Order: sequence, then C-alpha cells, then structure tokens
Amino acid sequence: MTDMPDTTLTPEPSHDAPGAHGDDAVGYYRPGDPVADAKAPDGPVADRWNTRKFEARLVNPSNRRKLDVIIIGTGLAGGAAAATLGEAGYNVKSFCYQDSPRRAHSIAAQGGINAAKNYKEDGDSVYRLFYDTVKGGDYRSRESNVYRLSEVSANIIDQCVAQGVPFAREYGGLLDNRSFGGVQVSRTFYARGQTGQQLLIGAYQAMERQVAAGTVEQYTRHEMLELIVADGRARGIIARDMVTGEIQTHLADVVVLASGGYGNVFYLSTNAMGSNVTASWRAHRKGAYFANPCYTQIHPTCIPVSGAHQSKLTLMSESLRNDGRIWVPKNKADCDKDPRTIPEEDRDYYLERIYPSFGNLVPRDIASRGAKNVCDEGRGVGPEVDGVRRGVYLDFKDSIGRLGEDAVREKYGNLFDMYLRITGENPYEVPMRIYPAVHYTMGGLWVDYDLQSSIPGLFVAGEANFSDHGANRLGASALMQGLADGYFVLPQTIRDYLADGPFEKIAEDHPSVVEAKKSVEDRVAHFLSTNGTRSVDSYHRELGNIMWEYCGMERTADGLKKAIDLIRSLREDFWRNVKVLGTADSLNQSLEKAGRVADFFELGELMCIDALNRRESCGGHFRAESQTEDGEALRHDDHFAYVAAWEFAGDGELPVLHKEDLVYTAIEMKQRSYK
Amino acid sequence: MKLTLKIWRQPDAASKGAMHTYEVDEVTGDMSFLEMLDVLNEQLNVKGEDPVAFDSDCREGICGTCGLMINGQAHGPEVTTTCQLHMRSFNDGDEIVIEPWRSDAFPVIKDLVVDRGAFDRIIQAGGFISVNTGSAPEAHSVPVPREDATRAFDAATCIGCGACVAACPNGSAVLFMGAKITHLGELPQGQPERDDRVVSMVAQHDHEGFGGCTNIGECVAACPKEIPFDVISRLNWDLHQAMRHGH
Repeated sequence: MTDMPDTTLTPEPSHDAPGAHGDDAVGYYRPGDPVADAKAPDGPVADRWNTRKFEARLVNPSNRRKLDVIIIGTGLAGGAAAATLGEAGYNVKSFCYQDSPRRAHSIAAQGGINAAKNYKEDGDSVYRLFYDTVKGGDYRSRESNVYRLSEVSANIIDQCVAQGVPFAREYGGLLDNRSFGGVQVSRTFYARGQTGQQLLIGAYQAMERQVAAGTVEQYTRHEMLELIVADGRARGIIARDMVTGEIQTHLADVVVLASGGYGNVFYLSTNAMGSNVTASWRAHRKGAYFANPCYTQIHPTCIPVSGAHQSKLTLMSESLRNDGRIWVPKNKADCDKDPRTIPEEDRDYYLERIYPSFGNLVPRDIASRGAKNVCDEGRGVGPEVDGVRRGVYLDFKDSIGRLGEDAVREKYGNLFDMYLRITGENPYEVPMRIYPAVHYTMGGLWVDYDLQSSIPGLFVAGEANFSDHGANRLGASALMQGLADGYFVLPQTIRDYLADGPFEKIAEDHPSVVEAKKSVEDRVAHFLSTNGTRSVDSYHRELGNIMWEYCGMERTADGLKKAIDLIRSLREDFWRNVKVLGTADSLNQSLEKAGRVADFFELGELMCIDALNRRESCGGHFRAESQTEDGEALRHDDHFAYVAAWEFAGDGELPVLHKEDLVYTAIEMKQRSYK
Repeated sequence: MKLTLKIWRQPDAASKGAMHTYEVDEVTGDMSFLEMLDVLNEQLNVKGEDPVAFDSDCREGICGTCGLMINGQAHGPEVTTTCQLHMRSFNDGDEIVIEPWRSDAFPVIKDLVVDRGAFDRIIQAGGFISVNTGSAPEAHSVPVPREDATRAFDAATCIGCGACVAACPNGSAVLFMGAKITHLGELPQGQPERDDRVVSMVAQHDHEGFGGCTNIGECVAACPKEIPFDVISRLNWDLHQAMRHGH
C-alpha cells in the first residue's frame, strides 16, 4: 500500500552522550534551519497589530466573490471565521464531520472567556492580560501573537453580546465577571457553566445567517482526508462524504484549518469522541510544520475511569478544590474500604502535607502529578482498572460541617449532580473520587503572525495552531483565542494573501489533485481489505495507554524511548491486522475511526520525540530529569527558549527540527515558584 | 448484568429496516448507555457483523449529537441525554428496545442515525441576530435586566438534539423553535427582527414536514435540558403579534 508508513526505522547512532547538551533525542531527528515569523511588524508590541492591519493589503469588494475559501471545522474559530468571511463577501465552503456545525466541541467548555474590559476597575488592562498569558504559558509563547490576543479580547465580548449571547448579568443589567484560574483580577465573562455552548451557538447562528445569504455553503458529515498542494500553494482538500462515502475534490484559493486539538491521541480525554488530528496531520505531511506537539494540558479534577469500557472522561470545574480536601489512605490495605470508615490518622492529605502553604490549591500540573504518584504507589482508590486503582478522594465533609450542606449545594450543586449521575455516588455523603485527564493541547500547526502555516495559502486557527498559549493555557483563554482568531485576526490577515488571487484555476486532473485523491482512495481500500483480527478501538485504546503512561503527566528519556518503540511496533501491527467491516460507499464509523487512529499513531511518535528533545520542564510538559529539589518544574531558558517546529521529511525519514527563537521585548522571563 | 437488545437495523435511507435481537453480557451499572452499545459493537466486530451505527460526540450531555428511542422514550427513562443515561437505570435480564428518532422530518441515514438538517434550516430562516463582525457597540451600552437575561439563558440551553420532535405524537418541533424565539426575543438586541424571525422560522418548520402543536407536552417531558413549556406560548404570542403587524 502506497500510504503505509515504513516502521522499520532505527535510530542513528548517537555521537554525543545523551543529555550532554540537553540533546536526548539525538538519532530521532535531524536538525534543520531556524524558522522565524516574518509577518509581525517591528516596533513596540502594542503597535504591531495596528501596523499589520494597515499593511495587510485589501481586497476590493467586487473581487471577493471571485475568491473561494475552504474552512475545516465549525467550532469557535472555524464558525466565527466562516461567518465573518461570508459577511465580507467571500465564497466560503465550511466543512465539519458532525451532523451540524453547532455540535463542534467548543460547545463543551464550561468556565468562561477572558477579556481585558476592566469593568471592575481592579487594575486589569490589555498589558496585564498579555502578561498573565505569557507567564501562564511559562514563557514559551510568541509575544506578538499574545499581545494581539489580549488586544482584541474586548471586541469579542461586544460582538457576542450583540449576537444575543446571554452572559451572566448583575442586577443593574450590566455584565458580571469572575476571577478564574488563580488570576487576581475579575476578567472572566461567563454564562453559568455553559459558556462554550452559548458562544458557539452565537457563532453558529452568525454562520447560518450567511448560509441563508448564500455566502457560506455548509458541508456537514464531511471529513477532510487530504490537503491539495499545487505549485507550492494550498489549493483545496479531498473530503469524504460520510453518508454516501463519495470521495470529493474541493478546490479553492485558500484553505483554513480550524479543526481543533489532538487530545484524543490519549484515547481517553475530555475531548469529544470524534475530535481528531487528521486534518492537521494530513497538512503536516504535505509540508506544514507541527509545533510543540508535546505541550498537552492535563486537568486534575476529572471523574476517574470506571472500567475497561470507558469511552471518554468528564471534567469537573477545578473550583471544587477551593473547598474539597484531597486525600488517599496511608495504608494500601484501606484502599478498598468505605472511606467514611477510615479514621483521620490513617488518611494522607498529601497535597497539604507536601505543599503546606498552597495545599489543595497548588497549580494544575502539581496537583495532577501528586495524584499520579500516590496511585503509582498503590494507594489509589475506586475500582481497579487493569490492576491499578486510579483515583483520589476529594472530600467535602469538613466544608459541609463548616458551611452547612446548603451553602455547599449553592456553590457546587450542579457539579455534585453531574458526579452523582455519572458515578451513582452521592458526594454529599461519600467523598468524590477524582483523577487527572487530558484536556487541551497547546501544540499545533506552526503559524506566523498572520496565522499562515509554512504552506502558503494554508491558515490555521484556534486550538489547531500553536501560537498563543505557550507550554500551558490559562483557564478561560481557549474560548478567547478561538473567537479572536475567527472573528478578528484571520479575516484581517487572510486578505493580504488573497490580494494576490484569484489564483489560476486548477483542474481536477492536475497531478497534485490526482495524487491526493488516489492516496485517500488507497487508504480506504487498504482498511477495508486488510480483514485482520483487531478492532480499531482496541488499537486506539492501546496507543492511548502508551501515551498516557510515557508521555502523560511525567516524562523521562527512557520512558519516551520505550514509548517510541512500542508505538512503532503497534502501528506496524495496526496496518497489517486491523479489522474494518462494512463498505466504502455508506456510513461506516469504523472506517472513519481507522483513518483517524492511523494519524494518531504518527502524531504520537512525534509527540514523544518532541518531549524527548525538550529536556526541561515547562508548563504542561514535565521531564523528571528537570525538576528542583522540591519536585517543581525547572525550565532551561538557556537551551529551550524556542518553538520546536517539526517538518515531515517522508515516511521512514527522521523528522526535521526547525527552531524559532522566542524573543521577549516587553516582558521579562521569570521562574515560577509556589513557596 | 445480561441484557437483550432489540435494535432497529437499516443499511441506508433507501432500504427497508427491521428489528434485530442481540444479547449483551457483562454490562455494569457504571457504563453509560452508549458505552454499553460500544461493548455490543466490539462483540459484533469480532463476529464479523457490521456494528450498529449510532451518533454521539461529546458524551457529556451538551453537544446534542446523541439521541435514541429507548423503550419508546426519547433518551430513555431519565431526564437526560442518552450519553448521560447509565446502565444502573436498568436491571439484569431486561429487554431494551432501541430505535432511531421517529419523525418524517428526520429521515434515517443508517440504523440509529438520523438526518437533523431540518433544524439547521430552521435556524437559517431567522434564528439569529443580524450583526456583522466588527459592527457591535460597546457591550455595556445596552443594559439587560437580569431576569430577562436569565430567561433568555434558560431558553438558550437547548442543545438541538431533537428529543422533543421524537417524543411528540405530531412530530412537531415547536419546543425547539420556541426556545430560539424566546432566547432572542427576551433580549433587546433581538427586538428589531422579532416579527420576521418568528414568521420565517414557522414557515420553514412547516415546510420541513414537522407537525403542528396540540399542547400535549410530551416534548417538555422528554427534553434533557428541561426547556419550559411556556416557550411555545411565547412563540404563539410572537406569531400573533407579527400577524397583527401585517405579516
């Protein structure tokens, strides 16, 4: 099969002692030329966006209808971009794998959306939001992009209110805010615990309005399976109609990927079942650099796995840690007992013990690793899954005693109800059980200041790109970035590219189109003819276990190398032995999943290589070799203050590492401390 | 627990469907209903039988993708989405009948998967506020009374799953439509298009083949987000007002 990756790759011999120069990944990659963003203007960071908007060329309104734009994904970034570009008069084709654009996974975001409105007059400003975001990202994001994000944040709230998004309001009728994720100002706008839903419905309605106006054509239950690159430009996609199985060619002047994150490489995550990396990965294989794939965010307060059948994980707001106390039994023998019968002296409130000043409110990554460590020691609680209990107690008994059950219900009632529904246990009576889960991926396709990837004419927005969150994302910033990209950034920058269009029409028999279409058809045919013995899900689950074990909360050089070997052999087995039933010309959910899992295998390997290369701990990436005596993450700005932008060099070839140096002119790099 | 499942199988829209019976074993109370179907599909895959197609995505009750008739009830016996229904609501030895949403306006695509494109088209007809990106006034320039904002929010929590249609003996979508009319009609930003909105949406609703409302209330009982019955009164009121204004 033409598309079957060569998995017989062996590392080249190392010439350096591993780790001597922080280069643990010797033999797993090839160094490439540095890469730089050429689009952000020089000058003070606060002036760059205005300058760029002025410099970006305009497209005459009468020319816009001659320009075709393809947008993949209908979440906050894709939906907002489709609406806005449609309003501007471009011809937009919008694709999503769901049955309606309104289902995109932005809908599941709970907490809120940040904006530097300073309505509370509490010292917030564009600069402070910028500062908090760069710091929260552990100084691994690009300064220009983050400043712009903060700058446009206020416009987002105006836009959403005008669309009818029902944000929470005060009695006077003005918008309410709350403080979120440990920041000291109140800048988070919210709509109860359903902010993502309300913002997405706003973007969806704006987009549907353009569908009615004839500027946007929507393709639901369509999945992009290949990018068409012709004469050095992204010119279209190959998509599969998931209902009829038809393999379609869609050509355009520009392609936008807003296809979300890749957390489902871990099999279990808080992502939707269908969330996948295929659109991004197919673009990566066609030349788009993939930046910082190892940066993943793991959220400490999710409902634990209840058995091998588990298909996804559910997040609960981490505000629960404000009043709940986290503990496990001191003795392994107590782990299967009713927690209410375990006396105080036999409980280990390990976060309070290890971090006496912050206690249960330590940052997400420390709380997550703490839970992993006690479970690895065999002191986890809840059901045994694959021989290990993976859960810790989050106990509200003291709070209920102190504040009363009504006060606790007032604050957390909806979360307690959700917990009861999923677990069947009443958290007012029995301690909750929690465990960390993969939640968000900061890495993604590399983009410049214009959100253009390393392929001309391919733009990337939202979680699918890498630029704004560095090594860790602040709470309530994902919604902000998705909408900033979709409403305010991409529509302004894409016009500079489109000013050179319309590009020469390409025909369906252009060699690049023929090649792209054939590779998709071959892949479909391969999966349906393999007739092996194992289901796609079983491979996905096993890949997820490898990623979670070795490329999850804590990573080591040895573990990552082991993971790479395991992934390669599992991938080889997958291509030989996967069993996909059904036909190509109808709805076939196993076939859809097979293509996605095939791409997750390749991504998983690159994530491990990236994590292996980055011998430092920063944000969501924790290398056991790089920690302080207290077990805190230790950055190495001297070696790693760069974006790792990976180039695909071909099946069986080592990926090529291009480094983009991170230069801060408006902010000073500091090491975090929780002492 | 061990269960007997009677499931609607239909290869595609053009073919005739039929109920098929399956046994599924080792089901635990902690499984969600859809995870139980995952287990069945894994068994079918081993046996070389085509897995049962059903829709789901977020599996946390918010995206609105999933939805099955379970023993004749939309989303089953609890007030929640199918993905949030857990097997502890059933007993060992139970027989469970599983069908797709039943409505002419939601044609079956395969097995338990239906086409709800009609909902998108109803929104296209007027379920929005016309404001282009960048033309919005400062958010605080228009205060919204807290009660109005709360009512708008309560209606806006609709997830567009279609349970209301599936539950309605008339196959009506007025609860879905009333939720959107109420959401936008409660807000000052929604006023300028209020008459046009209701007229266009109702026309599209009827055009799609959804039935009329006879105030039975099954929709409200089935709604996983507990959208209140009075959004339908609101829809009727708005339609009446629009007529009076000459529509």
